[in-house]
Formats: sequence, structure tokens, C-alpha cells
Amino acid sequence: MSDAASQTGPVLSADGKPLKRSLQRALRAQKLRALALIAPLLIFILVTFIAPIADMLFRSVENQIVSDTLPRTTRALQDWDHKAGQPPSEDVFAAFTYDLVAAAERKEHTRLGTRLNYEMTGISSLFRKTGRRVDDFGETYMDQFTQVDPALERPETWMTLMAAPDWQADYAAWDAARVAANKAGRDFDQPAPLFRLKAGVAEVLPETADAYAEFARLAQTENADNPADEEPWPPVFLALYRDLIHVGPGAIGRLDDASQAILAPAHDAVETFETVDLVDLYLDADEDWQNPQVWATIQAFAPAYTPGYFLSSVDLKQTPDGVAAQPEDQRIYVMLFQRTLFMSLVIMGSCVLLGYPIAYLLSNLPMRTSNVLLILVLLPFWTSLLVRTSAWKVLLQQQGVINDVLVWMGIVADDARLVMINNQFGTIVAMTHILLPFMILPLYSVMKTIPPSYVRAAKSLGATNWTAFWRVYFPQSVPGIGAGCILVFILAIGYYITPELVGGTTGTFISNRIAYHISSSLNWGLAAALGTILLAVVLILYWLYDRIVGIDNVSLG
Amino acid sequence: MSQMDLPPYATTGQKIWHYTFYVICGLIFFFLIAPILVIIPLSFNAEDFFTFTPEMLAFDPEGYSLKHYRDFFTNPDWQQAMWNSIKIAPAATFLSVSLGTLAAVGLSQDHVPFRRAIMAILISPMIVPLIISAAGMYFFYSRIGLQGTYFGVVLAHAALGIPFVIITVTATLVGFDRSLTRAAANLGANPVTTFFKVQMPLILPGVISGGLFAFITSFDEVVVVLFVGSANQQTLPWQMFTGLREQISPTILAVATILVVISIALLTTVEILRRRSERLRGMTPG
Repeated sequence: MSDAASQTGPVLSADGKPLKRSLQRALRAQKLRALALIAPLLIFILVTFIAPIADMLFRSVENQIVSDTLPRTTRALQDWDHKAGQPPSEDVFAAFTYDLVAAAERKEHTRLGTRLNYEMTGISSLFRKTGRRVDDFGETYMDQFTQVDPALERPETWMTLMAAPDWQADYAAWDAARVAANKAGRDFDQPAPLFRLKAGVAEVLPETADAYAEFARLAQTENADNPADEEPWPPVFLALYRDLIHVGPGAIGRLDDASQAILAPAHDAVETFETVDLVDLYLDADEDWQNPQVWATIQAFAPAYTPGYFLSSVDLKQTPDGVAAQPEDQRIYVMLFQRTLFMSLVIMGSCVLLGYPIAYLLSNLPMRTSNVLLILVLLPFWTSLLVRTSAWKVLLQQQGVINDVLVWMGIVADDARLVMINNQFGTIVAMTHILLPFMILPLYSVMKTIPPSYVRAAKSLGATNWTAFWRVYFPQSVPGIGAGCILVFILAIGYYITPELVGGTTGTFISNRIAYHISSSLNWGLAAALGTILLAVVLILYWLYDRIVGIDNVSLG
Repeated sequence: MSQMDLPPYATTGQKIWHYTFYVICGLIFFFLIAPILVIIPLSFNAEDFFTFTPEMLAFDPEGYSLKHYRDFFTNPDWQQAMWNSIKIAPAATFLSVSLGTLAAVGLSQDHVPFRRAIMAILISPMIVPLIISAAGMYFFYSRIGLQGTYFGVVLAHAALGIPFVIITVTATLVGFDRSLTRAAANLGANPVTTFFKVQMPLILPGVISGGLFAFITSFDEVVVVLFVGSANQQTLPWQMFTGLREQISPTILAVATILVVISIALLTTVEILRRRSERLRGMTPG
């Protein structure tokens, strides 16, 4: 009798600790070791593969470009009602001017125009045309201000008005360091301190301060200039005019003395200024600025996230009045999805028809023969996809081998050669050939497990060959058909290369459209949305496959 | 007696059906193999045609030539593409095999938390359609500056090859006798020695065939490299793709023939390895 058995209380291990805890610790160590072995690969896949997929999902809804490029406009447009059928007020046009002139300086207005053009045709050219002229808007006021006081044209006057004294000191220190470094021949890569506004000026002259600060920072970031040497652009004077006309005489008094001295004469004079209608300046550039639809589009796409790309992928569009159908002539995506599904089903069906007899033959022949014949299935499986596609391109051409044989046999006249490529037929034939091994291999592995005695028993009980096959053999092979079908369908639905090369215009899939949007039309958001939908379909099918077959049973030849 | 043999008492109708079935199967095998085989003689065409010339059909030596092969080996575009393929595929294979084998060993332990979820993530590059992987990688790699670089293409191809390594190596490890590693530990070997001296030699066939799958995935891959790569990473399949899309030149047939020969060599290797590993595990080859 050992001690442990006679003792009451917890069972102890050799080192005197409770056995339960020792076992738990050992189990934990084992789990950690397994995870440590898996971790490098898991991290690798997460970074190189899962992160890109997540990025794509993000891009399918992301829409920050509008609110990033036109922050003031989107804010000003919040209260505007597009249903009134009127273009927005002059305040919105002013906000838009400050945004657009900055965007044009950053060369971002064309990108934004392209983005909004996906939603409303014509906006792209509108932005491009106006972007060239917008830095003159406000020139009338600039001329009149300089007539009142020529000093207003000089950069240092604006420094006095706007710049924070501590920023000026920081900048001077930075500049001295840069000059010293250059003299010593050292590299100097410290960034210049970014322009800061003087305290209090933004309360009295909100638009001017905002417009000037944007101008000063752009001068620094885009051209590496010192704002103290730069004469502000005309929209700043537009802002000054709009501010001075609104503020009462007392407001100026809240500024410091130097600023008061500069602005007082201008403030007295603005009442008598010759005015220009800002809206007219825009209409001069392009009549379309009058169209409330343009503004409604900007307003509708102001949020940072949009369902717009997904709506486009199903031939709908987001309009200011809600979701609406695309015009008849622009509806292609539903048709493309339908075609992709339909052709994948046809390809899957032809794979079953062609694969079933082969799998049956292979699983019922003696091992030696079937192994040799299996090579004939595996060779195409291992041959490069492009080799097989080029083979079909060569075979199916009008001057190709199949047409030559048909003409030689007299079935087809020489001047009436069949068109078998660059259409749906070409895609279906080539893809059936390419995907057939993926049908045969799972079918074969299922059929190999069907015991031949069942069919023999059926026959000995009086079943005909057909009944024995249909009632006894076939039901047992259905799991193989299911596995093969889902596998072929998953592969077919996302195919790109073969439809691109032999599909022409009528035999292309949704994936070809995705590629087109990535590399030609550069509408990445739409490409991402189309890809997300396709991915969802594939994942659902894959989940089914896992339920029916089990992922662990995936075998490779 | 095999299932396919006709019994002596078969009726005429059964005999007819029996032979018709063989003919149908023969035709399907023809459909599978003929397109691949037909390009081999066509690649020796002396003319720039994609069909058999009368000289070729008459087996006139004049009708045959090696000019398309000469073009492949002298044209700088094709040579550049070939070298790019040779540089990218082995690097991607090395990454997938080393990381994949390690993870497969981890996954085959008894207690792995979240095993199904981890497996799903590791297999996902095989499930997601290539065009979606390509799109995602294009967006993400351009963000982090890997788009259009050799390194980016290698990483992308390694990710695509990993599921194949995982599947083949875990399949080999299913039949692995765990008492062997315990015996090695008992005799004083540390885990690293045990892995390289005991486990690795036994699972090597699985590792090699996984590596071959990963290699062929990278070597044949065109969609992802088309987006993630730039002109400097133009691989052989990429060159074939542009060749087929734009100016179809018979040199493609010579390249295709070379690739078919490579696939036959790889297929043979994988078959030999599979039979060897099954023999080691005491199963009948087949």
C-alpha cells in the first residue's frame, strides 16, 4: 500500500505539489509552446494578407476626401436645404472659395473633382475649370483696399495683423539655426515651426484670420516659403471685406493698437467699396455652379463614411433625396453579377457532367490502371494556368486548329469559320477545362470509399444496372458532387485571367470589372465595394463547404 | 475482378453501353490532355502561325524549327521575365516553407487554443479569390510603400503559398508517431535537436511537396504580381499574359512548352514523394 493511496486530501505529485495544479501547469506550458510555434506565421499572414483585406473593406465605405478637402464648405452647407431648388447663400460660396483656393494650391481639387464625378457627371471639369481661376476671386477688394492703404499689400503689414509674436520668435530662431548649419556645411532637416495666429484676432476677424492662416501654412508646407515674405492671395482680401462689413466700429477697438491703426481707415472705407457678387464670379467660371444639384452632391457626400460605393455596385445611387436607381444606360453591375453567377453555374454543371464519368472510371478500375490514368488528370492540374489559357486561345481562334480541322473535314465552309473565342463560349470551354481536375479529384476520393458490394447486392436482388447505379451508387457519391461543385464554383466565381484573355466583352466576369476600376478608372472605392460583395459570396460558400466537407479534408491530389 | 469488367452473361445492350462509356471517357481524357499536348508540336513551327502548316503535317523537316525557342533565350524582355521569376519564386517558397512548417508542427500538438480560428486564418489566402487578394494587397502595400518592390511581391507570394504548406505538412504529421519525439527527449535530446534529427527527416516528404506547391503557386501566379509588382518585377506568367492580350507571338508557345516540361518534372517529384511517405507509414501506394 503506498502512502498516496492511504492519505486523504489532494493527490500530490513527486515534488510535493498537488497533482491537479502540476497537470494544469504542464497543459498551459504545452499550449504556450504550440502558440509560440504558430505565432510567427500567424503574424506574417495577418500583416501580409489579412490587413490588406481589411484595408479593402475599409476603402469600400471610406469617404474622407470631401470633408478633408472642403472642411469649411461642408460645415457651411449643413443648414442648407437642397429641396428649396436654390443655390446656397453667398456665405457658402465664400467658404467654398477659401477651401478651393487651398485645395488648388495643394493640387487636390482635381482628385476631389474626380471623386465627386463618380456621383454626378460633370463635376470633375467644373472643379478643374474653377480651380484655375479661384485665386483671383476677391481681386476687386484687394485693389480697393490697397487704394485706401498701400501698406495692406505688403507682407509685413499682415504679419503685424495676424502672426503670433512667439511664433515669429520661433521662426527667427529656426531660420538662424538653418543659416548657421548651411554655413558649416551640415545637413539641416528640422521642419520650420508652423504659422500660429495672434491671440484675439480670430474673434474679431474670423474669416480673415482663418483664410490668412491657411495661406501662411500652405506657403510653408507647399513651397517652403517664409509667410513673412509672401503677399496674401486675393481671397484673403475677400475675407477681410466680408469681416469688416459685418463688424461694428467697437469690434476693431478690441484689437491691439498697431492693428487698429492699420485697419481703421479700411474699416471706414468699406461701406463705400464697389462690390462684386461672388456668385457671379462662379457663374462666370461655369454656369453649373447655379445648379443646386452640384451643391446637393457635395452635401450628400460630406460624411466621412458612405454607403455610396455599395449602392453603385448594385446599380443604385445615393442622391440628395435618398437612394435611387441608376439611369438605364449605366446599369451594368447587377447584370455582371448575374452573368458571373450564371456562367459559374454553367461551368460547374459541365464539370459535373465531364468529371463524373472519369471519377467513376478511375475509382472502379484496378489500382494499377487507375494510377496511370490519374496522371492524365493531374498533368493539367499541375500545368500553368497561362499555358492552358494560351492553348485554348490557339485552339479556338478563327485561324486556329479546331477551325482548321472542321474546314478540312468539310463541316464548316472556309469563309464561315466559327467564332469560338472572345465570347461566353470561349470562357466556358476554357474554364471547364481548367477547373475539371478540381471536380474529378474530390469525386474520385469519395467514390473510392463506396464499397462495391452494395451495387453487387442490389444487382443480386434483381435491380437492373441502371437502378443499381441510380438508387444505390449515385446517392453515395452525392457528397463528392457537393464538394466538387462548391470547390469549382468558388474558384470560378473569382476568376480573372481566363475571362480577361478569352472572354472578349460578353464573357467577362465581375472580377474583370474590379481590375478595371483599380488600374484604369482608378475608382478604388467602387472596386473595393465590388470586391467586398464578391468576398462575402465566396465566404458564405466556403462556410457551406466547411459544413459539408470539412476544411481538414481538403486534399491536394 | 474489377468492377469495370463485363460479366460473361452481359446482353448486347449492356455491351454497347459498356463500350460507349469507354469511348465517352476517352473523349473526356482527350479534352483534358489534347490542348496541353497540341502546343508542344506547334511551338516548333517554322512559321509565325498558330496552326499546323502543310509542311508540318507532311513531317517535312523544313516545317519545323527552333526559332521560337531561340527568340525566348535571346529576347531581353523574356530573359528579364525569366530571371525575375527565378528570383521571386524561391524566396517566396523559402518564406512559406520555413514559417509554414513551424506553424504546422505547432498546430499538430494536442492542445492548441483557437485551433479552428487559427486554421481558418492560415488557409484564407487559398479561399479568397485572387483578384480580391490582389486588390487588397495593392491598396495596402501602396500605403506602406511595398507596392512595386521585389520585397512586396515576395511577401505576397509567400502568403499565397502558405496554405499549401500548412495542408500538406499537417497531413503528414497526422501519421507521425509521437512516441518517437518522446523517446528522443528521454534520451536527452533538446527540442531543437529532436525536431531536426527525428521529426524533420520523417515529415520531409510532406515539407518538400508543400514547398513544391508553394513554388508552383508563386511561379505560375499572375494576378497578384500584376497589381503588387511594377515593370521591374515582370515575371514569366506576366509576360505571357501581356503577350496573349496584346501582340500574340508564337514565342509564348515555346515558353508554354518549357513550362509544361517543368510541371511534368514537379508532378513526378510530388508523386514519388507521396508514395514514399505512404510506404513509410505502412500504407499501400495509391
